[in-house]
Amino acid sequence: MRYRIRRWGPGLLLIAPSLVLLAVFVYGLIAWTIKVSLSDRHTAQESNGFVGLKNYTDLFTNDINDRFTHSLTNLLIFTVVFMAGTMFFGVLWALLLERGVRAEGIFRTIYLFPMAVSFVASGVVWRWLMNSKIGEDAGGLNWIFEQLHLGFLQNPWWTDPDWGMAAMAVPAIWQLSGYVMALFLAGFRGIPAELREAAVVDGASTFQLYRRVLFPQLTPVALSALIIVGHMSMKMFDLIMSVSGAQWLTEVPAVYVWQTLLTSDYAKAAAISVILLLLVALVIVPYLVHTSRVEKRS
Amino acid sequence: MTRPDHPTTRPTPPLAPGPYPTSPGSGTAMLRAKPREEAKAPRFRLPMTMIRYVALYGLACFFLMPVYLLIITALKDPVDVAATRMWELPTSLSIDSFRAVIPTLSGGFKNSLILAVPASIISAILGSANGFVLAKWRFPGANIVFPLVLFGIFVPYQAVLIPLVRTMTAAGLRGANDPTGGLRGLVLVHIIYGLPITTLIFRNFFASLPASLIESSQVDGAGLLQTFFDVAMPLAKPAFAVAIIWQFTAVWNDFLFGAVMSGSGAWPITIALNNITGGQSVPFNEAMAGALLACIPTVGVYILLGRYFLRGVMAGTLQGS
Repeated sequence: MRYRIRRWGPGLLLIAPSLVLLAVFVYGLIAWTIKVSLSDRHTAQESNGFVGLKNYTDLFTNDINDRFTHSLTNLLIFTVVFMAGTMFFGVLWALLLERGVRAEGIFRTIYLFPMAVSFVASGVVWRWLMNSKIGEDAGGLNWIFEQLHLGFLQNPWWTDPDWGMAAMAVPAIWQLSGYVMALFLAGFRGIPAELREAAVVDGASTFQLYRRVLFPQLTPVALSALIIVGHMSMKMFDLIMSVSGAQWLTEVPAVYVWQTLLTSDYAKAAAISVILLLLVALVIVPYLVHTSRVEKRS
Repeated sequence: MTRPDHPTTRPTPPLAPGPYPTSPGSGTAMLRAKPREEAKAPRFRLPMTMIRYVALYGLACFFLMPVYLLIITALKDPVDVAATRMWELPTSLSIDSFRAVIPTLSGGFKNSLILAVPASIISAILGSANGFVLAKWRFPGANIVFPLVLFGIFVPYQAVLIPLVRTMTAAGLRGANDPTGGLRGLVLVHIIYGLPITTLIFRNFFASLPASLIESSQVDGAGLLQTFFDVAMPLAKPAFAVAIIWQFTAVWNDFLFGAVMSGSGAWPITIALNNITGGQSVPFNEAMAGALLACIPTVGVYILLGRYFLRGVMAGTLQGS
């Protein structure tokens, strides 16, 4: 026993403050949120009546105008477009850069810098780029379409009642494509040169080289990229608040939580938060488990 | 998912994607790898190369469009500002837009500095201790603790918001309950929720150091604490750069915590910016000038220290050091 304390004691002492803080502020507070989500605390008044899963079932079956399912639909559209867009641009840039080009560093800097900008700041610009006016009054991107005689491309962007969320994903794609590029570029560069050389010696065409040799090597990178971008999408809040503000057309669960908190309906806000947490955990936990397994194997 | 050689063992060249070599300080070496095969390219490749460059420049221009718009609008004379003419270059340069927003934003700018500097440094120091222990002093149960810490990177903060606000209010660290308007509480919150990522950054860094470094220090009779302070921390300067830059950017760009924690005098820059740009009454040249000011520190850090920034980005994917 004494040996064990001497062996592990100092290390635990060093790490203990952080572990306690994280245990309390991450897991403790999550447990507390879950408790609130099971209560009937719908006003600013203290109330601890236990209602089981009622707040959850109400969200799906008894929410005015199906507001919660509406926010989930919005989130789904946003996520699909966001993931497809970042993957498209990210992979394209990585492909263009991976064999080495002149001034590669400059291109990388340009493609990646939006990640350093806050969603709040970029949202300001995108609100004006995605100006919904068309024709004579057009501004922003619609103006460019008008000038290029591509008037048919003019659209109301995020104010479109059906597909507005797809437009809302455009700034997010702008901001995070560089991230996917960095992942794939590092992936390409991590493939041993012998593999390529062997394929070339065997007479593989460029297309075959990528299709049969390189891309299969990058499946894990693609999976990480999709998981990370997907989980960011579920948390999307700042960008939407900055571009459109909180409103029905562009409401996603994270914004819905915010709006519910403003009305002091804590039980409902907590229930939405927990669903959001579960959505994120659904993609992240298997990823973490897999990552640590792969680690242990080596 | 990540590279098989990821953590505790010495790196071996993996077949699976290995974004970064694990040797300390090599960071973005892979991204800077020499062009391959370019020299051997036969002549008929020339058009391909041209297409590639055209595509690269075209995409770069496309992605810089918002930047162009931001800068020209912020520098326009307010009388020249109109939605239908927003792409036109300014006829004369003017700093009136900046003059209009600086009084309202300077407070937020200062608050964000007060928040981001200590929060990122303290988070990094605590993270370095955690990372060292998790990489080199793996106590029983460390295999379970580490993923639990990592999950903290991905938690949607909405899931802790309600009790967090209550706790901080009760502790007198939030909004009007705090003499600093909530800044102290906000620093604490950023330190805590920054721990998972800084722990990961340092853990990857220390895992990449050869075990012999630590062992030789132990042979000399040094305990864990001494090894950490005398051997590990001085070696970890690059990891400190990565962690501090990453945290600085995260704190500077945070919106949610700032919105719930800070009182009106203590708004960080994102909240101050959103307050002036959120309304329809603000002319967009002023909104753009505000946005430009708000992103100068983080973009500046990125341009000057991009490779450290990039390593933080990669760490957040649980990939490489």
